[in-house]
Amino acid sequence: MTTKPAIEIVGLTKSYNDNAVLRGVDLSVPSGTIFALLGSNGAGKTTTVKILSTLLKADGGTATVSGYDVAAQPAEVRRSISLTGQFAAVDEILTGRENLVLVAQLRRLKDPGRIADDLLARFMLTDAAGRRVATYSGGMRRRLDIAMSLIGNPPVLFLDEPTTGLDPQSRIEVWKTVKQLAGQGTTVLLTTQYLDEAEHLADRIAILHEGRIIADGTLAELRKLLPPATVEYVEKQPTLEDIFLAIVGHDDAVPRPVTSPVK
Amino acid sequence: MTTSFFSDTAVLLKRSLRHILRSPDTIITTAITPIAMLLLFVYVLGGAIDVGSGSYVDYLLPGILLITIASGIAYTAFRLFTDVSTGIFERFQSMPIARSALLWGHVLTSVVANLVSVALVVLVALAMGFRSGAGVLAWLAVLGILVLFTLALTWLAVIPGLTAKSVDGVSGFSYPLVFLPFISSAFVPTSGMPGPVRWFAEHQPVTSIVNTIRDLYAEHPVGHDGWVALGWCVGLLLVAYVLAMRTYRAKIA
Repeated sequence: MTTKPAIEIVGLTKSYNDNAVLRGVDLSVPSGTIFALLGSNGAGKTTTVKILSTLLKADGGTATVSGYDVAAQPAEVRRSISLTGQFAAVDEILTGRENLVLVAQLRRLKDPGRIADDLLARFMLTDAAGRRVATYSGGMRRRLDIAMSLIGNPPVLFLDEPTTGLDPQSRIEVWKTVKQLAGQGTTVLLTTQYLDEAEHLADRIAILHEGRIIADGTLAELRKLLPPATVEYVEKQPTLEDIFLAIVGHDDAVPRPVTSPVK
Repeated sequence: MTTSFFSDTAVLLKRSLRHILRSPDTIITTAITPIAMLLLFVYVLGGAIDVGSGSYVDYLLPGILLITIASGIAYTAFRLFTDVSTGIFERFQSMPIARSALLWGHVLTSVVANLVSVALVVLVALAMGFRSGAGVLAWLAVLGILVLFTLALTWLAVIPGLTAKSVDGVSGFSYPLVFLPFISSAFVPTSGMPGPVRWFAEHQPVTSIVNTIRDLYAEHPVGHDGWVALGWCVGLLLVAYVLAMRTYRAKIA
């Protein structure tokens, strides 16, 4: 975290016709951290990610990824990133293994078959490797999707709402993966509309609201924005998620998300 | 850059060819309507159609081949649309690969798939009595014209593939193309058509292309029609390519 930021955004603006989606976004994501971009639907999260991954051109402002300008050096940016979009972008007609081999070939890596097998094992997809992705469950698709993004070890990973539409177990699996990645030094920018996801995963959190960043900091820093906590005694009821995971026998030693009284 | 373009295109071509191998129904359904038309026109309506000397199946086949291609490119648009709507298109665009490789992968796949469908139709026509004494060069010329025609229509199909909002929009665009051969010399000679219809039939691309292929099969010298056909194919190809690339650049901006 002593090096320069992995992602630096200054004054980014973007409009679709008359609809201003981004109205001057400033962000700095330190290298090797998990950064959550939190916001409701339509806040501009996906637009930001698309600009950073060179899929969309900004109207104004600058954005750099790994020191490369997204507008002026898109090819260099693409070499240092990987994008996992909002919907699992996998090839349904190919098998899981073929999907991975395809990406490894396009990234011109040596021994695509071995890379695919390693990732299949790591994402618990070895048994399903030879099956067409059309037969996969939502969680398996998302795991394959993220596995495809890791090929070639890009230093910066964009995860656009990686757990939207996933069941609780798959969600926890994705969280584990993201934590592992950050542990290896990958910078992860993830967008989410789930407050507990940001709270559970992110080193830093920025809140994007109506096209602007209205808060940016660690969870502790964000907490200071509110008046000091008062102590109240409240009976701790298990959440529905606790109950669900307990009765379906999910015995993973994953720290449970802190369920804050936020609606 | 160029080396990556070729190797990326090769990888993506292999991918969409695999799609076709996994769903051979797309090739069979492409061929089945033209084959049904071939049967219908030769065995039901053909007896009442006077095309001068020679058998009706010989007369009909060139037009049927164009219909085969016109209906086959709907699948090209559909495959591209699927890539865009599932997000895999964006995944590829965010990767360090040659940007137009994805399009070329689909375009070359379209050529291969359509040629396989065309071969199926020719086999059926042979079984129905189609005969040609054409030599290797004439067959190659027919192949060349069909490939040019496929490329032109394929680049046209790229546009709805990239811009369509729904599956219906994707498949709908090819209906007029399938219909075009009916108002040409493909089924009946244009000489029996009333004035304006005849004018249209004789000045639209299908007639010159059909006449050229017919001459090549019949071992007649290909005259003026050959140049007109070539002009239409190359002209359509260039226009379609420019429009498709413009659509593509607007899409990935």
